[in-house]
Amino acid sequence: MNNTGSVFADSRPRPEQGPPLWLLAELTYRCPLQCPYCSNPLEFAEHKQELSTAQWIDVLSQARALGAAQLGFSGGEPLVRDDLAELIGAAREMGYYTNLITSGMGLNQARIEQFLEAGLDHIQISFQASDGEVNNMLAGSRKAFEQKLAMARAVKAAGYPMVLNFVTHRHNIDQIDRIIELCLALEADFVELATCQYYGWAHLNRAGLLPTRAQLEHAEAVTNRYRAQLAEQGHPCKLILVTPDYYEERPKGCMNGWGNIFLTITPDGTALPCHSARQLPVTFPRVSEYSLAHIWYDSFGFNRYRDDDWMQEPCRSCPEKHQDFGGCRCQAYMLTGDATQADPVCSKSPHHGLILTARAEAEQPQPGIEELTFRNERTSRIICKG
Amino acid sequence: MNMPLSTSVPALRPGYRMQWEPVQDCHVLLYPEGMVKLNDSAAEVLKRVDGQRSVGEIIAELQTCFPSAAELDADVLAFIGDAHEQHWIRFR
Ligand code: SF4
Ligand code: SF4
Repeated sequence: MNNTGSVFADSRPRPEQGPPLWLLAELTYRCPLQCPYCSNPLEFAEHKQELSTAQWIDVLSQARALGAAQLGFSGGEPLVRDDLAELIGAAREMGYYTNLITSGMGLNQARIEQFLEAGLDHIQISFQASDGEVNNMLAGSRKAFEQKLAMARAVKAAGYPMVLNFVTHRHNIDQIDRIIELCLALEADFVELATCQYYGWAHLNRAGLLPTRAQLEHAEAVTNRYRAQLAEQGHPCKLILVTPDYYEERPKGCMNGWGNIFLTITPDGTALPCHSARQLPVTFPRVSEYSLAHIWYDSFGFNRYRDDDWMQEPCRSCPEKHQDFGGCRCQAYMLTGDATQADPVCSKSPHHGLILTARAEAEQPQPGIEELTFRNERTSRIICKG
Repeated sequence: MNMPLSTSVPALRPGYRMQWEPVQDCHVLLYPEGMVKLNDSAAEVLKRVDGQRSVGEIIAELQTCFPSAAELDADVLAFIGDAHEQHWIRFR
C-alpha cells in the first residue's frame, strides 16, 4: 500500500512515508472579520501575494496525483477570491471531496447556487457566539450574525451538508447549550465546538480567552447530555467537542504526525505541514520553486520533524513517543523557544510549569472582550514592526 | 443496533460519497471533513447502496457474485445496520 512509486516518474519508492491525504488551500489572508483567535500568522499583513488561478489549479492537480482526496478551501475568507467557483469546479473534476470553510461573509444565494453547480460538496460556516451581540463584538462586525444565520439557512435549503463551527473560549463557553440549540435549529449535520487552540492571534490573547477548568467541565457535561439525547432520537447531527490541550497531561498527536497526512498551502504558495508552522525557524518550500512530490517527500521542511531523530529527552526515550510524536512543534517553539522540546502540555516536560501558570491565570478575573487584540491589518503591521 | 429489514431500501446520506483511491489502493467513503478507508467487503456492499435496491436484493446479488462466502447475509445485515447507526446511509 501507499506505494506512490508508480504514480510519479521522479519519485523513488518510499516505503516509510505515505502520501498526503488532506490538502488545506488557504486561498487568501484577506478577511472582513477580525476574530481575536484567528489562526492566521500575526504578520499576515506582510504576506500580500496570492497564487493565481492557474497556479492554484496546478497545485490542486499535483496534490491529487500524490493522493490527496480531502480538500479544504479556507483563508482568511476564501469567498473574497473571485475565482472560487472555478477552483471548486476544477477540484471536483479531479475527484476531490471539496469543503468550503467560510465565515459566511460575502456569501449569497447566487454564489451558493454557483458553487453547487461547480460541484462543491460541503460548506462549513463559523460563528463567534450564539447571540448577536457577543458574536458581532468578537467578529468586529455589526452585521455578521444576521448574515451568518441567513446563509446557514440558505446552505441547508440548497441541499448541502453543513458543518457549523463555534470557536469557544471563556466569553462564550458557558452558553454552550444555547449554541447547540441554535445549531440544531439550523439543521447542522455536524457541530464543531472547538475551544481555541493557542496559535496565531489566539496565543497573543490567551489570557483573555482560556476558559477555566470548571467552565470546560460544564461544557463537556452539557455536550454529553445533548449527545445522549440525539443518540436516543436517532438524530444524525454529530457534536464534536475539541477541548484545549492546556488542561491535558499529555499533548495531542499533532496533525497525526509531522508531514504525515496533512499538507497546507498558504496564499503565497508556501507549503506547510500544518497551518501554523509558518512561525517555526524552518524554511518551508514554495510551490513556485519545487514540485509537490519533492516538497512532500524530499524537502528539508517536511522532513524536519518526521520520525524521532530530532527529539530530545524526555521524548527520545519515552514509550509514548509514537502515540503523540512529542506533541505540537509550534506549541513547543512558542512556549520554550525551541521546537525540538517536548510540548509543554506534557507533564513530563521540564516546561510544564508554563501550562500550570496559564491554568492558574485562567482562574483569575481577566479583561473583557473589548480588550482583546483584534485581528486586522493595522494591528498586524504594528506587531510586525514591534 | 437494530437489524435492518430486508425490504428497507438504503441510500447514502446526502454529502457522502464512495470512490476508489488508486494511491491508497482501496475504496474510501468521503464526507464533510472526513474520510474512512473501506475494506473490500464493505465497498462491495456500498457499491450497491443506491436508493433503488433493497437490502434483500443487495444480499441476493452479493450471494451470486461471491457464492463461496459463508454467512454472507448476516455480515451484510450487520454492516448495513452499523453504517446506518453511523449515519452514513439512511433508509427510504
Ligand atoms: S478566524 Fe475570523 S478573522 Fe480569521 S480568517 Fe476566520 S473569520 Fe477571518
Ligand atoms: S515525553 Fe514526549 S513523547 Fe513522551 S508523552 Fe511527553 S510529549 Fe509525548
